Amino acid sequence: MTPHPNALEIADLVMHFGPVRAVDGVSLTIPRGRVTALVGESGSGKSTVGRCVVRLVEPTAGTVRIAGTDVTHLSRRRLRPHRGAVSIVFQDPAASLDPRMLVGEIVAEPLRLAGKRISRRDRDARVAPQLERVGLRAEVARRYPHELSGGQRQRVSIARALISEPMLLIADEPTSALDVSVQASVLNLLADLQRDIGFACLFITHDLSAVEYLADDIAVMYLGQLVETGSRERIFARPAHPYTQALLSAAPVADPVRQRHRQPVLLGDDLPSALDPPSGCRFRTRCPLAFDRCATEVPAQTAIGDGMAACHLVRPDGTGPDVRTADPSEVLS
Amino acid sequence: MTTASAPVLEIRDLSVSFPTETGTVSAVDGVSLDLAAGEIVGMVGESGCGKSVTAMSLAGLLPSSARVTGSVRLDGTQLVGARESALRRVRGREIAYIFQEPMTSLNPVLTVGRQIGEVLQVHERMSRRAARARAVELLTLVGIPSAAQRVDNYPHQLSGGMRQRVMIAMAVACGPKVLVADEPTTALDVTVQAGILQVLRDLRDRLGTSVLIITHDLGVIADIADRVVVMYAGRVVERAPVDDLFAHPRHRYTAGLLSASPQPGRHAGTDRLTEIPGLVPVLASQPDACTFADRCPAADEQCRAAAPPLEDVGGTDHVAACWHPCITAPTAAQEANR
Repeated sequence: MTPHPNALEIADLVMHFGPVRAVDGVSLTIPRGRVTALVGESGSGKSTVGRCVVRLVEPTAGTVRIAGTDVTHLSRRRLRPHRGAVSIVFQDPAASLDPRMLVGEIVAEPLRLAGKRISRRDRDARVAPQLERVGLRAEVARRYPHELSGGQRQRVSIARALISEPMLLIADEPTSALDVSVQASVLNLLADLQRDIGFACLFITHDLSAVEYLADDIAVMYLGQLVETGSRERIFARPAHPYTQALLSAAPVADPVRQRHRQPVLLGDDLPSALDPPSGCRFRTRCPLAFDRCATEVPAQTAIGDGMAACHLVRPDGTGPDVRTADPSEVLS
Repeated sequence: MTTASAPVLEIRDLSVSFPTETGTVSAVDGVSLDLAAGEIVGMVGESGCGKSVTAMSLAGLLPSSARVTGSVRLDGTQLVGARESALRRVRGREIAYIFQEPMTSLNPVLTVGRQIGEVLQVHERMSRRAARARAVELLTLVGIPSAAQRVDNYPHQLSGGMRQRVMIAMAVACGPKVLVADEPTTALDVTVQAGILQVLRDLRDRLGTSVLIITHDLGVIADIADRVVVMYAGRVVERAPVDDLFAHPRHRYTAGLLSASPQPGRHAGTDRLTEIPGLVPVLASQPDACTFADRCPAADEQCRAAAPPLEDVGGTDHVAACWHPCITAPTAAQEANR
């Protein structure tokens, strides 16, 4: 039997926390060995998608398939054989590593949880190459997390995530808590490991510059829904959705000469509440191009290449409106 | 940017150290910096480089255990060692602050109008009614829509970007000469950040406020600063006009920071980000050596034997503290300009 071609298939995923509609109908496919970045601002629901995939929370509706297997509602016991296939790296390594455990125990924990009984010597033999693979010395196994720097701790998290040889890695803002120079080394490490091992990756982030560096495909999320998906090249060169355009124009580039000639699209400050999202298009309350139809009709997804954009103004040939032509004073009024 | 008029803020040889259980920690060592009227200076560096401590020390906001030496003159008035009563008159009126997380700086049980008004009642001896009216004007100034209604909101009713605008309104209420913004957009999303930076630029243009903006984000620096100060391990390692710094970084740390940041047009398949090996040192005392030497590709005996002075490295007002400054540092920014 040939292995299933897609590492991850999410279909119509819905996650409501009481009245909060954190994720409201997200569909996303990641083929084996590809890196998809899930981009959005705080409160967009991007982390909740990641948590649904590793089943830290059980989705309200929709399905999550890992290599073709539906894991959406599997019991803890039935889920266990699939646990090793998906790993997660969190944003803050200080909070996601148990301070009372030695690094060696932390890295080996997924093996223990998979029910494998291994001797201490075997464990050390398994852990040492993992640590070396993420650029740490094997002696680090006998240290506690607090003895390490932030960048080293994040490397430990990555080693722990990869020891079960997962097919899919969820990386939830893995570099956001790190300094610029350390961030570079962690991004390089993730890129190297991904290329060498070939796992698929869902890279969750708000940082567009990191996305361009690492991702093959990009999915842009706004208030619980995807507004645009596509290849990295296409999204950066020809973003179709007004929100994607605004995001790209708002992120300042580290080059004063170019930055001076760019005009950021200023959106109003207020991200609407996920308790009561706007009718029709959810972005319409901040969109400089919104018109009557946006309030009454949910925009359909227009196919663009392998991806899509959900906006009334995107034409069937995949060309979108240009948000920069709108008068910014109308947005702020 | 050279201005004929005397600087509004003049920092000379400012040093700060803290006694701790395990010995003294030297946080800031000999920082000198001028801030001209209406100028926006960006201070950039990684965690622990002393940029926030420098900012806090300006108006005497550090805990009393901190040992501060050197000179900070605000319009000629010496602030280092000034009496608390004198500092109280200066804070808010002459020099004001905004911080990273607006929610922790705002009082959750008072309306934003009351909080802005309080500043005016204390410093300007305004009546409560006049202070409220002025608060509405200030909220409008910082771009809050329907300010007349928003003035009666509590902080929790506002978004993060709105709260930061309220903080800015409060900070500029008494028309300070200097606004110190310590990571003002770090907790905010990029679309909101662009708006906050625009407000800071507007204030400078309209009121002539000088701004010292502290950040770790080179994009923010490129967007808003006129001049840049790069700090490393408590010292200023490079200072230059913004264009010059990004195009021709001379200190190896600055060059490293620039090429460590992901840039538009770079992809992991074709490019690698430059890593700076090692860690920022925590220093008990400032050695007579370059503190970056252990992480620097060009370090030699001289770097470990003597601290490099901040010296002119060519260009206008461009100084760097390096024995072996980069001659050509091809950064991604430079290559893109070619």
